[in-house]
Amino acid sequence: MSLVIVDTGCANLASVQFAFERLGVEPVITDEAEVILKADRVVLPGVGSAPFAMRSIMAKNLKPVLQAIEQPVIGICLGMQLLFESLDEGGEVVQGLGLIPGAITALETTELPTPHMGWNTLKTLQADPLLTDVNDGDYTYFVHSFAAKVSENTLAQTTYGTPFTAVARNENVWGCQFHPERSSKTGAKILQNFLDIKL
Amino acid sequence: MLTRRIIPCLDVRDGRVVKGVQFKNHEDVGDILDLALRYRDEGADELVFYDITASVDDRTVSPDWVGKVSRALDIPFCVAGGIKTVEAAGARLAAGADKISINSPALMRPDLINELSDAYGVQCIVVGIDTFADGETYRVKSHTGDPDKMRETGRLTLDWVQDVVKRGAGEIVLNCMNRDGVRKGYDLEQLKAVRQICKVPLIASGGAGATEHFEDVFKQANVDGALAASVFHKSVIAIPDLKADLRASGIEVRL
Repeated sequence: MSLVIVDTGCANLASVQFAFERLGVEPVITDEAEVILKADRVVLPGVGSAPFAMRSIMAKNLKPVLQAIEQPVIGICLGMQLLFESLDEGGEVVQGLGLIPGAITALETTELPTPHMGWNTLKTLQADPLLTDVNDGDYTYFVHSFAAKVSENTLAQTTYGTPFTAVARNENVWGCQFHPERSSKTGAKILQNFLDIKL
Repeated sequence: MLTRRIIPCLDVRDGRVVKGVQFKNHEDVGDILDLALRYRDEGADELVFYDITASVDDRTVSPDWVGKVSRALDIPFCVAGGIKTVEAAGARLAAGADKISINSPALMRPDLINELSDAYGVQCIVVGIDTFADGETYRVKSHTGDPDKMRETGRLTLDWVQDVVKRGAGEIVLNCMNRDGVRKGYDLEQLKAVRQICKVPLIASGGAGATEHFEDVFKQANVDGALAASVFHKSVIAIPDLKADLRASGIEVRL
């Protein structure tokens, strides 16, 4: 199993790398198109701001590469958000990779503190291989201020003020708004499911 | 539903976990990785590592234990101590820390908060505040890692909280110094006052001594998380029991 973590130029690729290492996979961290396109699995990580991340992806000419991948891809947190069509963080609206329909907008938290930070529960809306043995009420770790609204691409939702997309899928592309690499046993299960997926 | 977080705090000095009373007289309580994994296994929601010597000694290099902890842990952790530059913060995040926390350097140069949140996003920028209750006036102190170097800052806690949030802090850890290490309960009055004006997650620190203290701080001060050290290090409170008791009292926790 070859697994690539796309080097988007953002910080903190190490924790995702370590999580896969705990599952017995040695990830390759790269921004080289050929290596990405040949990998069995591709992970798009990300922390930070959408404009910065997308500029970095454009500067590295990675947009067409990421759009051409046919094997399973998973985006994590900001990496998930970049899979959508547009991202509005309150400043410039950023064009995403367009691999999952929909937009990323500010989380409607009503009176609750923002960012949404901590352990929250998942509620499955559609059965999917990524969520094998993941049950309603299982906890995962979130830290974000923006999210996708619940749509037909939503596999699981979480509620903080209002419901939002916690796990999304479109064909060979998955995304997790939470951090599976920091979500204890549930997170490890989801990453293992990603490794086990057969398209 | 979002759960309330239980956060053991590991004060680190020279690569070992230590704990003092009211920031003084530190004693050795164990190895970083051993304690980190023990707390993970017991159900801690997050860990904070405070390198308590760092600000004082002017160190900015990312310690190698950050990478070791990240490699082993599957829950989030925050690293604090001596982070004065965007580069120093970036080094710790690159080593696998989920969040970095700044305290004294933010007081000396508040623009650092803006620079960090611009570079890495508010979600990984925590500001720690050491606050001293002087009657009903709450004052911020700095360089509390060493009693000889501790300073008055001239800042009022409530003003400073609002300032740091405006500058891009994604979370506040409020350490109420009068209560630190004495296990008589969190400073509920002060935490309530800060909660009123704090729009980002707020973590209570200083004073935990019994399960009721956690229940009180969640129910009365409505904080997002509660941080404690000595009660966990000395096994006065076991995290599984604490969480079971909190849930029984109607507080949402991760079991």
